[in-house]
Amino acid sequence: MTMREYMLGNVAIARGLLEGGVQVIAGYPGTPSSEIIDTLAARKDRDYHIEWSVNEKVAMEVAVGAAWTGVRSVVTMKHVGLNVAADPFMTLAYAGTKGGLIAIVADDPSCHSSQNEQDTRRYAQFALVPCFDPSTPQEAKDMLPYAFEFSEKFEVPVIFRPTTRISHGKSDIELGEIPVEKPAPNFEKLLDRWVMLPKNARPRHTHLLSIQQPIEDALAESPWNSLELKPDAKFGVIGAGIASAYAKEALVELGLDVSYLKIGVYPVPRKLILELLETVDAVLVFEELEPIVEEQVKMIAQEAGIEVSVLGKNNGFVPREGELDVSAFLEALKKTFDLETEAETSGTSLELAPRPPALCAGCSHRATFYSMKKVFGKDAIYPSDIGCYTLGIQSGTVETTLCMGSSISVASGLYHAGEKRPICCSIGDSTFFHSGMNSLLNAIVNKANITVTILDNRITAMTGHQPNPGVGYTATGEQTVQVSLEELCKAMGAEFVSVVDPYKLEEIQEAFKAAKEFEGVAVVIARQPCVISGKRAGIRRTPYVVDPEKCEGCKQCVKFGCPAIEFDEQNKCAVITALCSGCGVCAQICKFDAIQEVKR
Amino acid sequence: MSQAEQKKLDLLITGVGGQGAILASDIIGKAAVTAGMPIRAAETHGMAQRGGSVVNHIRVGNDYGSMIPKKGADLLLALEPMEAVRYLDFLKDGGIIIMNTQPIVPVTVTSGLTKYPEVSDILDFLSEKYIVKAFNADDLAYEAGNRLAMNVVMVGAVSGYLPIPKETLLDSVKALVPQKTIEVNLRAFEAGRQKVEES
Repeated sequence: MTMREYMLGNVAIARGLLEGGVQVIAGYPGTPSSEIIDTLAARKDRDYHIEWSVNEKVAMEVAVGAAWTGVRSVVTMKHVGLNVAADPFMTLAYAGTKGGLIAIVADDPSCHSSQNEQDTRRYAQFALVPCFDPSTPQEAKDMLPYAFEFSEKFEVPVIFRPTTRISHGKSDIELGEIPVEKPAPNFEKLLDRWVMLPKNARPRHTHLLSIQQPIEDALAESPWNSLELKPDAKFGVIGAGIASAYAKEALVELGLDVSYLKIGVYPVPRKLILELLETVDAVLVFEELEPIVEEQVKMIAQEAGIEVSVLGKNNGFVPREGELDVSAFLEALKKTFDLETEAETSGTSLELAPRPPALCAGCSHRATFYSMKKVFGKDAIYPSDIGCYTLGIQSGTVETTLCMGSSISVASGLYHAGEKRPICCSIGDSTFFHSGMNSLLNAIVNKANITVTILDNRITAMTGHQPNPGVGYTATGEQTVQVSLEELCKAMGAEFVSVVDPYKLEEIQEAFKAAKEFEGVAVVIARQPCVISGKRAGIRRTPYVVDPEKCEGCKQCVKFGCPAIEFDEQNKCAVITALCSGCGVCAQICKFDAIQEVKR
Repeated sequence: MSQAEQKKLDLLITGVGGQGAILASDIIGKAAVTAGMPIRAAETHGMAQRGGSVVNHIRVGNDYGSMIPKKGADLLLALEPMEAVRYLDFLKDGGIIIMNTQPIVPVTVTSGLTKYPEVSDILDFLSEKYIVKAFNADDLAYEAGNRLAMNVVMVGAVSGYLPIPKETLLDSVKALVPQKTIEVNLRAFEAGRQKVEES
């Protein structure tokens, strides 16, 4: 009997790893990839090692060590994480693996939760490794056991690239068997493979190039590519990854008689592409982000001397950036056949208020930013980083966000360039452990004069509350060392380190004043647990109310921006809603003593 | 219409992060699997979406991608009035809108940057082109025993349109809500279903 379950794509991916017999899993949280490790860590019957590593490079190296003992390992991250892990990854392609190694790198077309839209398939091309590009959550699950086997067969790591709509799509999933028997680890001392000094690296590069054609041939036969040739069709469509599902849906809906090639794995299947090109006059390539298949198709056509028009991103038939969907495919078809396009309007005259995501009611970051702004003022410069606190842009204290860990180094650069204005940067606890530590060390050693605020909410909140080295437990909830941020900063040579409670406005503002005066790198650690994880851990605070008799309607509390505070225009009075988590910061802001704890 | 065609339904759930749109979508998704139908869904994730605008696509009886094409949705289930308008491009002309009339005022409004449109204006506008069923689901949830059950009121409200048996949906509610809130949620479901049946 087959088992079907309703699953999130990332849960299906986790299941696929189990069905593939994975033994070591490491990763760093990043939307849309995070739930893969969360799912596997939450399982009771674990016969594998699983960890949240401090960053993607470290996670990659853990997976490499495991695969070199012959067991199957996986490393998970989001697309920008591979930039961090690119150093070990590029050389790993030369050294290769023994046990199967899959780098799961989730792409985010349209930047739903990311700072850029880079296409991981380019990295696969760059490193000369195969890349699996699923079109549905079911296919994602089914590809993984295959990818492990493939990786072992060619002793090469592989990339698995889901996109947001695979990772965070849901679907009915047909489950397979989970193997019980797994190989024992056995590290073989193959020095010419595992020691990449130049003498060994050179022949490994040659080797990697020599297996490209066999890899392509093996993949062409795989179930992830398929060609449907229509005998009389002069027009063909090539769809890649999730875009192939959009194209297929539209073609079936329209009942169009065109030849269709679906590509789900790279290097692209030259044989199938040639077969298609030989029968059509024009081909439309539909793929998300970079025109990778499109470029390959052009090259293949040119090499084979086939006259065919290749339509896609380079000639404006398909948008180069952003997410694709069925409508985008229909647009591309209309352009291809020169049909009129109707203007899309919902025709509303209603002005809709924007609803940007906001820091939670009672989030300590808001209080920290409020105090930061109070002390450092409008004139100061506020570099920041990647996490929930990036939403502090609404508080006017996030003025740069480049990549994980960059806030401190960007702040240093601003200072060394000669900026005379005060510089106060902010970074979360997890991000600090990820790569902010190196930046702090660098800032101290090179004598920057900046204030570094570590927004320590005791968790990696933005991606769904994963533990980090500061919290004292591992991915599976096991107790471990709790690393002290303050001791760490002091050990790196920070001479000013102040730990404060951001809910106590006077306390944190005093710390900021002292930090501003301090000559050198001053570290302020604003510590208060995330309101969501705190609530789950049983922290209960008394909520607050506005005394309408005392409220003067000055709106100071409303301007603070807490979602729990509204303004009653009729009575010209602030109102605190049921969202209040009882942090009490608004009560400290109110000059009229109008905000009080609810009396029990 | 073939049997399979009848069972195809594209539903859009819109709302605000934290309202329980994902749970509402999960109840329908799990029930579809139990009923032996293919199902695809796409949802908005991430802590940063708290308080932000969210949209879930649910495609019952669908084998392709999880994203509903523009003007493809048969039904729009709006957990919040302003969010009913924001994603209208996805709804078919003449499609059905089931809307919770309880507004959630965004920070952009409380801080005085913009205004929240009158709910009556929203209703008038929507009624021009679509079939609208609107009621205060927060109040119904409160009467059922807990304001947090608003999302289940809305699932109950849409349940009559889904090609999934009511009992299967109720089983799915029982399986997915916290154990001690099952009774409240079953009452919430019935309240929502009744509201739409009456209208």
